[in-house]
Amino acid sequence: MSGLWWAIVFWIAAWGANVWIARRAKGRLAGLVPPVLFGIAVLVLWEGAVRAFAVPEVILPAPSVVAAAIGANLGTLWGDFVQTIVTGAFSGYAMGCGAALVVAVLVDRSPVLTRGLLPVGNFVAALPIVGVAPIMVTWFGFGWQSKAAVVFAMVFFPVLVNAVAGLGAADRMHRDLMRTYGAGYWPTLIKLRLPSAMPFIFNGLKIATTLAVIGAIVAEFFGSPTRGMGFRISTAVGSLALPMVWAQIFVAALAGTLFYGFVALVERRVTFWHPSQRVRG
Amino acid sequence: MRKAVPVLAVLGIIVVIWYVCTVWMNSAWVYDQAGREGRTVGFGELVRATMALERPMLPAPHQVAVALWDGIAGQAVTSKRSLVYHGWVTMEATLAGFALGIVLGVSLAIGIVYFRVMEATVMPWAVISQTIPIVALAPMIVVLSNTLSLGEALGLENRLVSKTIISAYLSFFPVLVGMVKGLRSPDAMQLDQLATWNANGWQSFLYLRLPSSMPYFFASLKVAIAAALVGAIVGELPTGAVEGLGARMLVASQFGQPLLMWASLFAAALVAGMLILGVGAIQRAADRAMGGRP
Repeated sequence: MSGLWWAIVFWIAAWGANVWIARRAKGRLAGLVPPVLFGIAVLVLWEGAVRAFAVPEVILPAPSVVAAAIGANLGTLWGDFVQTIVTGAFSGYAMGCGAALVVAVLVDRSPVLTRGLLPVGNFVAALPIVGVAPIMVTWFGFGWQSKAAVVFAMVFFPVLVNAVAGLGAADRMHRDLMRTYGAGYWPTLIKLRLPSAMPFIFNGLKIATTLAVIGAIVAEFFGSPTRGMGFRISTAVGSLALPMVWAQIFVAALAGTLFYGFVALVERRVTFWHPSQRVRG
Repeated sequence: MRKAVPVLAVLGIIVVIWYVCTVWMNSAWVYDQAGREGRTVGFGELVRATMALERPMLPAPHQVAVALWDGIAGQAVTSKRSLVYHGWVTMEATLAGFALGIVLGVSLAIGIVYFRVMEATVMPWAVISQTIPIVALAPMIVVLSNTLSLGEALGLENRLVSKTIISAYLSFFPVLVGMVKGLRSPDAMQLDQLATWNANGWQSFLYLRLPSSMPYFFASLKVAIAAALVGAIVGELPTGAVEGLGARMLVASQFGQPLLMWASLFAAALVAGMLILGVGAIQRAADRAMGGRP
């Protein structure tokens, strides 16, 4: 039991430290330390509770056991990661977002279509598109193509709706200015409207990162070659190898977070001029 | 009218593209059949044949509509073949998860607005939690709620519990973000006004912060209900569920019944539409009850 008490003491100490930091400190460190400390405290409490109550591994493995499973299976985890995230999710994401942007530019030329597309697209973006996963697996087989197709279907509409809304966002005054410069459709599009659509487009792209990872994993539940994260999770759950499942969850969480973080970083570079990106003083 | 015409135009274009794809994707099968029988197929016959296959690669829209109608109106509501029955199973989990997500999101939002330390610690993790693909966790949650028999402890089915947890996980985040924004929306002048009236913290919460958060709250509910439905369906997919629209899709895909699969998919879309309209109706009712003017 003493492990649990130490864990609780650590939790309270970490909480106290966070309260102190939230009150006093300013700047980068104050934004970074509390969440990290909170995360560590959760892990310590988890470890302490699992040990103290002798929770069986089939219910909840301790973080140390999961870490050991990650260390022992690095090769497998890497292979599954490449299969699911790199070949499945990334290719579908690139194609889906690319197609959505092209369609958005095309649709944007017709005001009638633009007005009609927004409500329809918003509705479709709210639908449970993951349901197309079994259909895509019958169409494209068990390989990465079906995963990319599911990801394509999932990311297309959120990105399209945001891009169409963004293309309409350029200021009336700015457009008039472009006209007085004698700029035609294409220069206006490239120099004014696409840049001013970027905050909207990146909003869609960020939503799409999570959807892409979800789509690639769900598609594997319906059939996959004998590797991939979704495949490994469903087989490992079947054989009650829970440390492996948690190891895959860890990789999926890390991949999802890094993917999102990467897109957010690109956004900061591209839309540095936007008020939401200004460094708070 | 001004709104309906563009929407119908877009829907029309989608249906036309769909029909073209139907002919294109099913033509290989039709040519193959005809080739075996030593016939040649003209264009008119090709079009007719591709639209009436029993197991098409891509069913035509009217075939899906017929299958959907048959699933909704052609069966008794209690029948296992009825899409209304499966839709209800899914909707039950969706609503339970939605309710849990609202409670979780609102209470976290109140904590974040009133305690700086919670903002610093919980908010980043709430963001990170949404980048974690929940489907990776779904089989795990099912195993957990089965072995711990959470459902029996609550007097519910275990399957419902796991689906509810997944739904709540997906739907709490929009509520949290919306409520944090909403509870912070009163400006300093309004807060000062309450201070001059000697309102205590509880009163300023009840009479100012909560009412002014309502528009944000309902806007986020529309996102959250859609997310909750996705959660319920995803929760049915990898878990060997036998009931619900997700399970129906899984069964249809395993037994090679594309019409049933598409009908279930559109039934899910109908459920999504109904839920979103329902939230809209509640919003209007709440608006009126609070003295809002259209």
